[in-house]
Formats: sequence, C-alpha cells, structure tokens
Amino acid sequence: MSTMPLHTEFDSIEALGAALRQGKVSAVELADSALDAVQARSDLNAFLHVDAELTRAQAQTADALLSQGRGGSLTGIPIAHKDVFVTRGWRTTAASKMLADYTSPFDATVVSLLEQAGAVSLGKLNCDEFAMGSGNENSAFGPARNPWDADAVPGGSSGGSAAAVAAGLVMAATGTDTGGSVRQPAALCGVSGIKPTYGTVSRFGMVAFGSSLDQAGPLARHARDLLELLDPISAFDERDATSLPDCDGAANKPGRVRADFDAARSAQQGGKPLQGLRIGVPAEFFNEGLSPEVAQAVEAALQTYESLGARRVEVSLPRTKLSIPAYYVIAPAEASSNLSRYDGVRYGHRSASYGDLADMTSRSRAEGFGPEVLRRILVGTYVLCHGYYDAYYLQAQRIRRLIAQDFQQAFANHCDVIMGPVTPTVAKRIGENRDDPTADWLADVYTLGVSLAGLPAMSIPCGFSGSAKPLPIGLQLIGNYFREGQLLAIADRFQQATDWHQRKPEQQ
Amino acid sequence: MAITDQDVARIAHLARIALSPEDAEQTRQELNGILGLIEQLQAVDTRGVEPLAHPLSAHQDISLRLRDDKAAPGDESQRSALMANAPATAEGLFLVPTVIE
Amino acid sequence: MEWEIVIGLETHTQLATESKIFSNSSTRFGAAPNTQANEVDMALPGSLPVLNRGAVECAIRFGLAIGAHIAPRSVFARKNYFYPDLPKNYQISQFELPVVQGGSLRFFVGDQEHTVNLTRAHLEEDAGKSLHENFTGPHGESSTGIDLNRAGTPLLEIVSEPEMRSAAEAVAYARALHALVVWLGICDGNMQEGSFRCDANVSVRPKGQAEFGTRCEIKNLNSFRFLERAIQYEARRQIELIEDGGTVRQETRLYDADRDETRSMRSKEDSDDYRYFPDPDLPPLAITAGWVERIKAELPELPDAKRRRFETELGLTAYDAAQLTMDRAYADYFEQAAAQLPQGQAKLAANWILGELSATLNRDEIDIAQSRVTPAALTALIARIIDGTVSNKIARDVFGAMWAGEQDGNPDAIIEARGLKQISDSGAIGAMIDEVLAANPAIVEQYRAGKDKAFNSLVGQIMKAAKGKANPQQVNQLLKEKLS
Repeated sequence: MSTMPLHTEFDSIEALGAALRQGKVSAVELADSALDAVQARSDLNAFLHVDAELTRAQAQTADALLSQGRGGSLTGIPIAHKDVFVTRGWRTTAASKMLADYTSPFDATVVSLLEQAGAVSLGKLNCDEFAMGSGNENSAFGPARNPWDADAVPGGSSGGSAAAVAAGLVMAATGTDTGGSVRQPAALCGVSGIKPTYGTVSRFGMVAFGSSLDQAGPLARHARDLLELLDPISAFDERDATSLPDCDGAANKPGRVRADFDAARSAQQGGKPLQGLRIGVPAEFFNEGLSPEVAQAVEAALQTYESLGARRVEVSLPRTKLSIPAYYVIAPAEASSNLSRYDGVRYGHRSASYGDLADMTSRSRAEGFGPEVLRRILVGTYVLCHGYYDAYYLQAQRIRRLIAQDFQQAFANHCDVIMGPVTPTVAKRIGENRDDPTADWLADVYTLGVSLAGLPAMSIPCGFSGSAKPLPIGLQLIGNYFREGQLLAIADRFQQATDWHQRKPEQQ
Repeated sequence: MAITDQDVARIAHLARIALSPEDAEQTRQELNGILGLIEQLQAVDTRGVEPLAHPLSAHQDISLRLRDDKAAPGDESQRSALMANAPATAEGLFLVPTVIE
Repeated sequence: MEWEIVIGLETHTQLATESKIFSNSSTRFGAAPNTQANEVDMALPGSLPVLNRGAVECAIRFGLAIGAHIAPRSVFARKNYFYPDLPKNYQISQFELPVVQGGSLRFFVGDQEHTVNLTRAHLEEDAGKSLHENFTGPHGESSTGIDLNRAGTPLLEIVSEPEMRSAAEAVAYARALHALVVWLGICDGNMQEGSFRCDANVSVRPKGQAEFGTRCEIKNLNSFRFLERAIQYEARRQIELIEDGGTVRQETRLYDADRDETRSMRSKEDSDDYRYFPDPDLPPLAITAGWVERIKAELPELPDAKRRRFETELGLTAYDAAQLTMDRAYADYFEQAAAQLPQGQAKLAANWILGELSATLNRDEIDIAQSRVTPAALTALIARIIDGTVSNKIARDVFGAMWAGEQDGNPDAIIEARGLKQISDSGAIGAMIDEVLAANPAIVEQYRAGKDKAFNSLVGQIMKAAKGKANPQQVNQLLKEKLS
C-alpha cells in the first residue's frame, strides 16, 4: 500500500497553485513526492523515462520564481508529457524501438510553453508506438495498465497519460489525439481529456503521425484543470504552417480559451444554469455496436444535463460509419510518408548487420517498427500508389468533407453541442483480441469523425461498468470550431453536479 | 481487387521494409482484410465534392502563411547537437553504405 | 531515313534567397559540412516546414518575365522516394498545381529567332550532397558521406515543351534561360556551384511522324558544353540503335564527360511510384493579383522589352539587340553610351561593345562592371569616328590606349599626344597617292591589266605612308579617280 503523492491532497490545479504561491508547499516537495509515487507505481508502466535530476532542476527553478512572488497558475505543478513530444534532456522514443536512444536537440512548442509557465515535468509517458493504437499495447516497452484494473488496457494511444492522471501520479498530462487518442484513454481511465480545434495548438515538436489530424490535448481530473493546461498552449506558432493565427476573429493566443470559459460560466445562472443549451444526440451513435452499460451511463448523463436546463435534440450524422474507412485511409497514408524519415541514417535504429544501403534501410525499419506501425505504413503506401490514389485517398478526403458538413449541418440547424459515447465498451483485457488488427479500428467509430472534421471534443467521466472491478465510462462532448472554452464550461457544470470525476481507483 | 504477393513485394520495396516470406504472407492477408474495410468508400457518390485537406478549410479560407527571407546563423557547435543521434559520422558528415550508380 | 531529334529541357535553378525554402538556414555556398542544416533540414522528429516568401517572389518574377500564368492558388505535394541525400525521404515539390503555368522564351540560334513554349515552373526543395570519398562505415563497409547543407535550398524547376530540334537549339535556349534568371536576380547562375542544372529529355522519330519516340532523360548537365555533347551523343545513340533493329528503352542516363557518352543510370520503368499527395503540413499557397502587381511594378525592364526598344527606337538589328540584352550590365552600358550619341548612331556603340570591348573584357577576364573604359569615354571615342577625326581602325588603337590608362583615358588627349588625327585633306592625300603611284609602276600596270588585288595593295602602301592616318574612304575615292 503506497501513499498518494502530496499533490493529490489538493482538489485542483488552482488550489495547489494557490498553496504554492502562499508557500504552504514547495515545488521540490511536490516533485519528490511525485517521483516516489511514479517509482511505487511502476507496475502501471505509465512512464517510459524518468530523470529525477531533470525534474528537480525544474522544481527548483519553480521555487525560485515562487519565492520572488513571480509564480503563475502552473508554477510548480507536476505534469508529464506523452512520449511523442520531443524534449531536450529526457529521451523521446514515441514508444518505439526505432527511437529507443533518441534525444532531441530541441523541445516541442507545447513542452516549451508549459515549461515557461513553470510546470514541472515528471518525465515521458508510455503510449502506443508512434501514437498508433487504442490500448497502449502497441508500445515497444510493454503495455501501460489501467489503474482501475491492472489487467485492463488504459486505452490509447495516450494510455500512459491517462493512467498517470488516474493514478494520481501527476496533476495533469499532455497527450495527442489523432482519431481519439486523448478522449478514449480519458474515458477508459475515468479522467477528463480534451482535443482542441485543429490548428489551435502547435504541432511543432510532436512526432508526426497523421499531420492533418494530430492535435495535442491535456488530460486531467476535471475540466477546470484541463483549462489550466489548454489555455497556455493554445497559441499561434509560426514554426507550424498549419497553426492558425486567429480563431473566428479572436487572436489565437493564451487567454482566449480562458476568456471564453469565464464568459460561458458566468452565463450559467440560477436553478437551470444550462437553460437554452441544445444538446444534439446523434442517432448513429446509439447503434447496435454500443454496449448497454455505456448506453445507460451516457443516457444518465444526458438526463443530468436536462436537469440542469439543457434540451436534448436528436440529430443525424449519417456518415458516422464511413469515418472508419476514411480515417484508416488518410491517417496511414500520411503516416507512411511521415515515417519515411526513419531510415537509420541521421538518427534512430540502424540494423546491426546489413549489405547495401537499401538493405540497411529496409532492415532497420523492419526491426525498428512494431507490427501495427508496419501495417499502417504498408496500407498507407498502398492507398497512395498510382492507380489507387483517386479511388482511396482522394475519395476518403471527399468523404471527409461530407463528414465535416454533416457536423456543420447539426450545429447550424439544431444544436450547440453534440454529446454521446466515447467508446462502445469499457476497457478490454490486455492481450484480448490481438489477432484481428481491424477489430480495434471499429471501436473508434464515435471519435474519428471529430478528428476528420478538426472539431474540438472532450471526454469526461460519467459512470462505471457493473463488473467486479468497475471500469470507467466516458461522455463525449463535441463543440463547433474554436469553442473549447464553452465546451469546458459545459463539462464543468456537469462536474459540479456530479462526482464521477472525483472517484479514484483503489490502490492495487 | 485482392492483394497479391507481387503487390506486397512492391509496397514493401516502396516503403523500404524488409519482409520475410512468412511476414509477407501475413501482411498480404492482413492487407486484404483492411482493403475489405476500406472498400466501403468506393460505394459513396462524391461527385462534385472537393477533397478536404486542411480540416478547417471547410470552415474558413485557409492559405499558406509565409516566412520572411532571413537566414539564421548556423555553426559547428549547433551541428554536433543536431548530429548527436547519428549512428555513423565522419568529418561532420553522415555515413551511409556507398551506392554505386 | 531522315531523323528528327526532339528535345525538352527541365532546368533546376537555385533561387538566390538568403534562407532555404522551408527553413531559415542560410543558403550560402561553401560552408563546412552540415553547419547550414537545422532540425527541419535534417528532418528530425517533430520538425515542420514553413515556406519562404522570397522563394515565392522569385517564382512570380520569373513567371512575369516569360509571360506565364501565375496560379492564384498552388499546392505543395510530397514526392516520396528513399535516398540518403533526401532527409525526409520525400521531397516537397509541386505536382498538379504549380505556381507558374505556361509562358515562352525567345532566343537566337545563330541569327535565327526561335520561340520555345514552357510547360510550367514550380517550386521545390533541393537535396543534400553525397561525397563519395572513401569513408569507412561502422562495419568496415565502404561508405559515402552525406552533407545536408544544400538540402532545402529553394529550386525553381523550369520545364520546356519538347519543341527543340537540335542540340544547338537546346543550348541556345539554356543560355537564354540562364541569362534571364540572372537578369531577374533570382539565380546567381553559377553553374560550377550547381546553381543552374539541366536535365535533357531526348528522343528521335522519323521526319514527318506525328508520334514521339521513346525518350531518355539525361540528368544533371551543369555546363552548356556538356549539354550540347550529351544531346548529340544521345541522339546518335538512339538513331543507331533503331537503325540496327533495336528499340529505345525509357530510362535515365548520365553523361560521362571523360568518355563523351551517356550511360544508363536506372530504368524509368522500374523507377519509384512517387505517390504524390498534397503536403498536409502546407496549406495551399495563395498569390493575389495585388501581390503580382506589386512585384511587376518593381521588376526591372525585362530583356524582351529592352530588346524590342533597342530594335525599334535605337535601330539595332534583332540579333544585336538580343546579344546586348543577354546581360543586364551589358544592356545598361549600351544604353548609357547610346544615349549620348546622335540619333541613329546607336549601332556604332553596339558594334564597339559587342566587338572590341567584349573581346578586351574576355582577354583580361573581367566583367563589364569593371570595364576600364566607361560608357561616356567610349561615346567620346565614337564621336571622333563619326566626325572623321580618326578612322575606325585607328580608333581601336586609341581604345587600347584608353584601356591602358594613357592620358587618364581621355581619347582626345591620346589622339593629340600620339598624333593620330586622320588626314582628311584631299590635297595631302592626293600628294601621298601620287608618290605611291610613282614608286610602284608595276602594280599600277597590274591594276590596269584587270587585277583588282593590285588596288588593295596600293591602298595598303598609301595607308602605310600615311601611318594609317589617312581617311580610308577618301583614299579609295581619290585613288580610283587617279587611276582612271
């Protein structure tokens, strides 16, 4: 039985931040306590790289700022980064043998921004290799485990991030979401996670998987903590050509999301604080694939929202099922090209024995990449080939536009926010159903469309399964472009009326 | 529409991935399975629909932002940091097995 | 069987920007290996491309100069293939929607004017360099060194229609294109440093046949001489092959300068499927009409316009006008000189610049910008020819003296000091003629017997007696009169 780290005595980043600024606790104390906890919970395999010296150095810097009265909202707060964000100091492996010994000479923008805000990193978190997967079982360094049930997956690809937050090892963590990889592990681990609008958070320094889909997003215990991480990283970055300078008229910089959140919150008044909010519920999300217990938990959540004054509206996202083939053409295609740079020439794994150059490259890649990554590279290569490009890749991009239009129809005509399940079931067993590579893909059906359309979306805990070891269930909230702040406020209101997000897994 | 051994060999070569005969066969089967999944796309009528590349270009006009033409200085000290992860170097160069053309 | 050679050229011009096309590394030539390559150029994980505005402006300038359509929206695409000098193992290029479309180039082959249409010009990044010196790899294997300094240098790839029909024409096109990109300031034109490289697509077909034959691509020709030789060899090779009953295989070839032959590099049939797709890291490039107008307004007068003006307003031949507009410095020099000459005498300036001045610059291996005779000084000399003070021939001596700095390069002072004034007094000339005639009765006889050469011989003697200073037209005229 291990003691929970010091930071878990505080309900929120805001409360912990206040304590730090008041000198009631120091960043070094917090860091040491978190480091112990990470060590004690190595069974979760949530962390890939921990370096106590690097962490303490950051903590000391934070304490120095605090003692000068220059602490901000994140100064001294323990966090960790998914191992697809490059970091100086800590290795970055993307959970792959290909990058097992790689140390980046530069930091990802997200990492720099959080470091500048004073957050203290506990290290790099496990994930599916190159962010490809939904169970953190595709990691070259072993699966991460769900704190609610050690034999269950934590979800993926940001499995380590979700597990670390759920187990209380950090206050919050960064993740990346390409097809659901922040939302789904958040749901399976009973924490909150948000994927912002595509283009609002910089991709510079994120190991690329699906460039037109990848977005960084935080995971934390509740919406208010998500805000604390999301706001400082929502900023235009000139080093990323897909980064947006403005968001429907508001400059893309820190402060925007918080301002929207505050405005939305202050509009929530009285006994029916969400009066006027129209919640779109897509009929297609409640199909035969959805398990009864998830359906029930989501239904209960919707009723809670209704009790807060919101009104349910049925909407249709007719191409929901098509999001699967569309995504699994586009993402692998982009990945196949993005991963070409891993050839053993300038960095990364080089085979121990080889003949000529082509042989060196082919062997290094076959040895360095795991089976799911290889599979997606080969599929992606295939669909871009001459003769197939139009029928697969372009067709998928056209369907993508139709899917985006479907969401716009719903928002324009019927609702302010869309809600539904995140996953069809709760977390599966580690090792289950590994023979059929596409079985996992089908379970992404509720999250893929959002990524294709570039919309912001969240997952918040809304219930548990009825099994002996109860497993968390998540509610998905989907907003229109740039409405991260409003989404967080809607989620926060739910979390003020319920306590799912306060449940903690028993110690193992 | 089924994927043949030749298809697998060609794709594996294009992607520079060495596949043993067993791996190649397994890959062939898996790819066929995946193709079955993505075949669904073919049936959709998308006449008149433009492909969507940047997801936000459905919402707003997205065009490429440009950088001013200014050079940042570079030198040998930066080089060592940038090349620190290289498997084989000599005299400031990356080494690869020689290709004879 | 009469054969026709069909040639199209693809030219890669390195753009003269300060920084690379997708990163802010310097493009300066000659730095120590890998000191001008940052994380983007080395394709480190997490790096992303950002487009250089300067490279786009170069493309726009080029498009305007050749009368092309500048695409209001163009797309960057990834060209996927593995090669160690290509760090991402894809090249960011443009495929379906290039920035410049169409256009044409006028140039001279000898004194024949030609126009070749261009298909397109697009922006892309250059690859790094392979150094094949004998390095040894970690397992003792023979290795090549890769330098990524050049990786990411902006390129404008300029593609011509396959409208050229001889090696000479292709070279003339290439020279004209070279002159244009240097004129526009978009490329430094240094072929030894690889700033301007041509790939030649060559095929042959029986004269009169409509379909094209199978073509071969000869890559990376970085001198006009090699371009010419390579095309000549390749055309001959293909013709001989077909005449011997063989078929030409579509392939990529390299030119071996030492052996003066082309060799197969790899068959285009087995070559990579490049799997082009729009680069998701780079949204489409928008070029507004306003931007194009602004660049148009800042463009120097283009060679074509200048050439036309030289022909129509200054009376030069098409050929001379074309020659003088190959190089902006030459054109400027000429204009300055011509401006100070009387109406209709610009041609003299053209002759002198294309003749004596050009030869002297070549001899001393200096640029016209460093000419030791300024346009004003040259004009002053030409004025003395026009007013008969010196003959054209003597003027060349004066020019030489000006170049050497005699009398501070002042033509009048030189003429005075050396006593080079032309003798135009018919009395004096007549006296000299009489003397020579009297001294050479045999030659006079020969002339009277019908030998025209004898006339020239007499003229020669007269000019000798006059120390070259007699006005040649007058000598001719008076001698004719005296002999008749």
